[in-house]
Amino acid sequence: MDLFQFSRAESVAQAVAAGAESPTAQQGAQVRFVAGGTTLLDLMKLNVERPQRVVDINKLPLDKVERTADGGLKIGALVRNSDLAHNEMVQKDYAVLSQALLSGASAQLRNMATTGGNLLQRTRCVYFRDTAMACNKREAGSGCSAIGGFNRMLAILGTSEQCIATNPSDMNVALTALEATIHIQGAKGERSVPIHDFFVVPGSTPQQENVLEPGDLITYVTLPAPAAGSKSVYLKLRDRASYEFALASAAVVATVEGGRLKRVRIAMGGVGTKPWRMVEAEKALEGHAVNEGTLHKAAEAALRGAKPQSENGYKVELAKRCLMYAVKQATQAV
Amino acid sequence: MADEKQKAGSAEDSGGAAGKVTRRSFLSHLGAAGVAATASPLLAAAPAAAAMPEASEAASDAKIVGSVPVSLRVNGKVLKLQVDPRATLLDTLRESAGLTGTKKGCDHGQCGACTVHVNGRRVNSCLSFAVMHEGDEITTIEGIGQPGNLHPMQAAFVEHDGYQCGYCTSGQIMSAVALLKEPCGPTDADVKELMSGNICRCGAYPNIVAAVQQVRLRS
Repeated sequence: MDLFQFSRAESVAQAVAAGAESPTAQQGAQVRFVAGGTTLLDLMKLNVERPQRVVDINKLPLDKVERTADGGLKIGALVRNSDLAHNEMVQKDYAVLSQALLSGASAQLRNMATTGGNLLQRTRCVYFRDTAMACNKREAGSGCSAIGGFNRMLAILGTSEQCIATNPSDMNVALTALEATIHIQGAKGERSVPIHDFFVVPGSTPQQENVLEPGDLITYVTLPAPAAGSKSVYLKLRDRASYEFALASAAVVATVEGGRLKRVRIAMGGVGTKPWRMVEAEKALEGHAVNEGTLHKAAEAALRGAKPQSENGYKVELAKRCLMYAVKQATQAV
Repeated sequence: MADEKQKAGSAEDSGGAAGKVTRRSFLSHLGAAGVAATASPLLAAAPAAAAMPEASEAASDAKIVGSVPVSLRVNGKVLKLQVDPRATLLDTLRESAGLTGTKKGCDHGQCGACTVHVNGRRVNSCLSFAVMHEGDEITTIEGIGQPGNLHPMQAAFVEHDGYQCGYCTSGQIMSAVALLKEPCGPTDADVKELMSGNICRCGAYPNIVAAVQQVRLRS
């Protein structure tokens, strides 16, 4: 690990000013904020992250979960994953978020990892984590060892010739289905970005994973008020029952009225280069009764654009079944 | 069986001096060699710390380039340290505070051997810089019980044989003690889920679960 200069931010403004000195907020950033540290320290030990400056933001007052005026929820960027998962408002109104959080990592890691940090969790692609291997995400232009390599865990949606790395987060999948908004304090002021626009697909610049600019600090995440009568579910399929990343996962928020799906939001994890919103599947389901026919149609629509790699073709069928089963669970009468 | 014994016996006999080598003496020789091999580069690299205590005291006066002061409360005692910002909480506890009960396994947050409590919550001490814990209350395995005055969880691990090699044990116990205060369902499956961040390569899991459940039932 390279030696770095350590400081503690006393205010959001101080953190933003420090971050703004880095030429980038993406891969290769020279200034990094540390909160839980669960991703950053891991990658610094591997020399994948080599910041010259680390700014501890743990003392900033961003650790509250509060109701918003419109009945939604405001989640501070420093709220720990375990606290968010066990928050009463989250468990009651946003079950999918609680379930997603509790399906990720271990109890120890959930006690450390934060909401803001989880949004910025990096891929588990083995080539990204190994500096001896070519990886366009880690080192632009070096190539992609995963294409044609060990890619069993990697993405089938949103990939490019440059990168097929999966976004590993469970929380991000739930936040995508819940249509969360990310609030950012930057060098030029405050702004809000819908989660769908926050993450970017790799394209020809896989080192760019989101819209964050130098100095940008995620301050909180807001959720819209829960739709009346909605039910939500997170389903995660993986190689072992606990403490493992998703091969495919689905977050579903559904409202059934008169036997038909009035409104449904679906996002999937483990299959995309970013948390993947299944808009086509939602369209195929809304206004219809949930049955094998409509579920199959929705699943086909969801995976139509899938591009399997040499070792992950199984994910196409796995993802379809995951989606169908999760929608069934979310629409069953309680 | 008899054949094997005879073969082993004849091999030892024909080995002359090797005939006196027992498993125990072989391992203890190996252990001594291992210590020598690992200790020598350390001594060579850190003559100041080993041979000249006054030099290392001078160094602790913020003379180490980039070092940072930090004050931790470890098992109720205040520790004022000057640390390399790269030092993890784990390495600081083991190397600076001398509390070697906390183990380093994977060093990447995957095995749980380094589990300690920070302000009453269990965390992986390998994924945290010591400098991030200014003023924090740290509890290690040494802080929850001692020989003759074991924590009920430690006693339960002994009673149920919740270990073989023992390397993961302090992390398992620190996780299990924290679990007592966490939302956790009543079943063995609930315990397994919340203990999944602690790996035991010997596979003592059934006995670990039994130990945890016994303490939960009695408390």
